Amino acid sequence: MSIDMEQFHQVFFEESFEGLDIMETGLLNLDMGDVDEEDINTIFRAAHSIKGGSGTFGFTSVSDFTHVMETLLDEMRDGRRQVTQVAIDVLLGSVDCLKEMLTAIQDGEDVDTARVSEYQKALEVELNGSSSEPQVTEEIVKESPVEVISEQGWQIAFSPHSHLLKTGNDPVRMFRELSSLGNLKTTVDLQGVPDFYELDPEECHLSWKLELVGNIQEQEIDDIFDWVEDDCDLSIQTISDQSIEAPVVSQPQIEAVELPSQAESEKENTIAISTKPKAKKKAKESTKPAAKTSSSIRVDTGKIDTLINMVGELVITQSMLSLVGENFELNKLDQLTNGLSQLERHTRELQESVMNIRMLPINFVFSRFPRLVHDLSTKLDKKIELVLIGENTEVDKTVVELLSDPLVHLVRNSLDHGIEMPADRVAIGKPETGTITLEAYHRGGNIVIEVRDDGKGLNKEVLKAKAIEKGLIEEDAVLTDKQIFELIFMAGFSTAEKLTDVSGRGVGMDVVRRNIQSLGGNIEISSELGKGSTIAIHLPLTLAILDGQSIAVGGERFIIPLGAILESVNVTEEMINRVAGKGETFRLRDEYLPIVRMHEIFDIKTEATKLTEGLVVVVDGQGMRCGLFIDDLLGQQQVVIKSLEANYRKIEGVSGATILGDGSVALILDIPGLVRLSNQ
Amino acid sequence: MAEEAKQIENEEAEEKKIENLVQFLSFTLGDEEYGVDILSVQEIRSWEPVSRIPNVPDYEKGVVNLRGAIVPIIDLRERFGLGHLEYSPLTVVVVLQMQTKEGQARVMGVVVDSVSDVIDVDKKTIQDAPNFGTKVSTEFINGLASVNDRMVMILDVEKLLKLDDLGDEDES
Repeated sequence: MSIDMEQFHQVFFEESFEGLDIMETGLLNLDMGDVDEEDINTIFRAAHSIKGGSGTFGFTSVSDFTHVMETLLDEMRDGRRQVTQVAIDVLLGSVDCLKEMLTAIQDGEDVDTARVSEYQKALEVELNGSSSEPQVTEEIVKESPVEVISEQGWQIAFSPHSHLLKTGNDPVRMFRELSSLGNLKTTVDLQGVPDFYELDPEECHLSWKLELVGNIQEQEIDDIFDWVEDDCDLSIQTISDQSIEAPVVSQPQIEAVELPSQAESEKENTIAISTKPKAKKKAKESTKPAAKTSSSIRVDTGKIDTLINMVGELVITQSMLSLVGENFELNKLDQLTNGLSQLERHTRELQESVMNIRMLPINFVFSRFPRLVHDLSTKLDKKIELVLIGENTEVDKTVVELLSDPLVHLVRNSLDHGIEMPADRVAIGKPETGTITLEAYHRGGNIVIEVRDDGKGLNKEVLKAKAIEKGLIEEDAVLTDKQIFELIFMAGFSTAEKLTDVSGRGVGMDVVRRNIQSLGGNIEISSELGKGSTIAIHLPLTLAILDGQSIAVGGERFIIPLGAILESVNVTEEMINRVAGKGETFRLRDEYLPIVRMHEIFDIKTEATKLTEGLVVVVDGQGMRCGLFIDDLLGQQQVVIKSLEANYRKIEGVSGATILGDGSVALILDIPGLVRLSNQ
Repeated sequence: MAEEAKQIENEEAEEKKIENLVQFLSFTLGDEEYGVDILSVQEIRSWEPVSRIPNVPDYEKGVVNLRGAIVPIIDLRERFGLGHLEYSPLTVVVVLQMQTKEGQARVMGVVVDSVSDVIDVDKKTIQDAPNFGTKVSTEFINGLASVNDRMVMILDVEKLLKLDDLGDEDES
């Protein structure tokens, strides 16, 4: 029976965190006046699963805490209690507290008991304050710290109802289980046995007093009696020091058998004394190994089914090909080429499906924002509605994880700087409630995430004045709108009149941009004074595979990310201009673009040194356009990105490497880095 | 009886020796003989053309595809300033690996003239690297061992593999 519970811990934590998210979303959705019963049910169910799970795994502090929450929710569900803003805030706070507790347990750290009891108190106050039956709840609260280990052992009074045997349960088997937990002593009570003639062999007339000695959790005993709970009178209590000294069954315990209700209260008393320190110790012991967390991912079964189908087809193709190959004759050539093209298709599809597994809906990031907006708008006394669009847009797991911090920054900024105070809004004829929209959609190979607000927008004059004041730009600098908006990405730039703890310290936007750029994306701002601003983030869908253009320089091959290429041109002598005799530019329609000679900056020997002998590829590296001078274009292909840094180090102008079809390694060019390199 | 006792004594001495024995893979660079801890050797391969890496020191020859991993190849001869030798199919690449502090394995290939032997060295007989002042860099040398009257320089694989990071810092 001893199952290693730890293997399930990870799952439990994941499920619990999911449950907490559900609770949070549910709580935020609750409408004060008109409460949807289903909403409360959802929250209640989530709380209940966490309680059940944590009980099973012996995380008593969590289950106790959840129990109190559950009581409150239960009353709301039954309509015995009004859903008030205060209650919701307390519950939201408790969700946070639970999250902290679970994280602490997961990391094998001590739970911050002071904080927990603070929230527990707040919950109890809420329960008692306006509850119709304060006493009932108090009792429940008191009863909650039930799951304990008694180091001495347990005294169990077990008197099955007469029909127990008919339900297929056998006390003997249960006792055997019990004795596997510790040293079991049984005393049978024959009082209930009728005369021999009246005896029905299918009925159970016996009752037992059991003494189980050893360091055992109550949960373990409960598990054994789980099946017969409704078919017997059962009381389980710790053996007090006294009763060990005097093994003779003492008076109150005999009563306990006869009066289960009283026994219940006895039990509370005995346990209440010894609970706290032990429960804490237990939580600590059992969780240490769980600290080594592995990152895992939940995958839609549909996706796995697709994958299995693909592999199935691949196997069929493979066996077909090996059949063709077995006795190959030239007239089978058709079959072979057919098979190979099938193989190619399947491999590609398989690759796509595997990549798909890593795709998560962007909702994983978006879902935290209702709470953030709720909390911040209360804090700032603003009225704000959050609109989420395209939550199901899928994007790579790594991107999702790295996206959340920058987005939080942007939303906070919109809240703090963007949206005006309600009174101001009404004064300028805007609706009192401001709107922040988070929208995600696919465009080409990119995902675009927009943060829009209908607030006051960016004031170009103020931005410029501020930048001059801080010495970031020259006083007489002439800037385009785009350049002015770009200013807010500079380090040390903040226009907020005063610092708040929400934003305005002037760090942030530059960090946001750096994070986005490190993911291979970019960020754009557009804004209209008085109407609001939009910040759009463009990100590649995945970080592991790239559409590339392979090029040749000298005898070497490189990959340019296809997204960075605007066009390729054959330059003629007339297009080339020299600046100060050295820097080369060429004229592309109305623009003069600098030329970067690949063979020079990478120091490669090549035949084609005249610009007219090779090709110029026009590339765009984060707004900087230039022409890369190369020998030749080779072909387009999807490449798997491999890290150079794993065994080597970062190379300027190179973002990674890939393995080509012939097994050789080609470097993937980092266009912005290349542009930087050429400027040195 | 005496003979038996002697034999036991011998065996004990032998055992003690084995306890202190470390195995090194020895290879040559020019006239010099070097050794690396055999446990850090992943495999020995022949020279294959590499993909060159731009703007790095000459001794960093480039990278190769080693069963899906991108592995840098370093010419030890050039690294130690012993001049360049034309590569032939007989040129040997010793693939070394090491666990980093973060628990990841770092792999690197070093080009050597030829691999000579696996040598057993008693830990106690390894001398400290002599100090030549600034004249000769003994940065990568862990110690000197003497095998059959030849001197073998024991290399510090950890430092050898780390050299990349140092190079990086120099450049920036």
